[in-house]
Amino acid sequence: MANDINPDHLRELVLAHLPDAEVEVKLFSGNDHFEMEVVSPSFSGKSRIAQHQMVYAAMGEHMREAIHALALKTRAK
Amino acid sequence: MNDTVEQQIDKLVQEHDIVLFMKGTPQFPQCGFSQRVAAILNSHGIAFAAVNVLLDPAVREGIKVYSDWPTIPQLYVKGEFIGGCDIVAEMEESGELAGLLAPFKADSA
Repeated sequence: MANDINPDHLRELVLAHLPDAEVEVKLFSGNDHFEMEVVSPSFSGKSRIAQHQMVYAAMGEHMREAIHALALKTRAK
Repeated sequence: MNDTVEQQIDKLVQEHDIVLFMKGTPQFPQCGFSQRVAAILNSHGIAFAAVNVLLDPAVREGIKVYSDWPTIPQLYVKGEFIGGCDIVAEMEESGELAGLLAPFKADSA
């Protein structure tokens, strides 16, 4: 797991694209799995898939590597 | 993604009620996330078509374009993309998945 992919970095990436979001990132199981919960009003009315796609887009180029180790939960409020 | 791959995926997704694009097979999953979704589906006792994307790199990449979703596994029901491991697990916990799969249960035919 590349060292620049750490909870704080992932959190900043998401907040940069979803400034109104609350983002919680936890590292677990031996430093190679992340759990991220994103709550944002801009999710309201959107399907879970669309919500997750918004987070993946925010993660951008880090997405590929980090995403394989990410358990993501999103909700509007 | 060239047309033939897209048509190949479209055919798979349209021909089967439930399709799981996964790494490996339900008997021999090659990734924890794929294993989890296959196990959830098996727990509902429903038949599903499993597509081992490890056998075909074009499908492995093409499916991500097809659904605009970056990871495998990917679950489709009646041609509609339902989600990956996170969403299927969340739907399992909330009971939504049971409702979605109910019409396909073997004993309910």
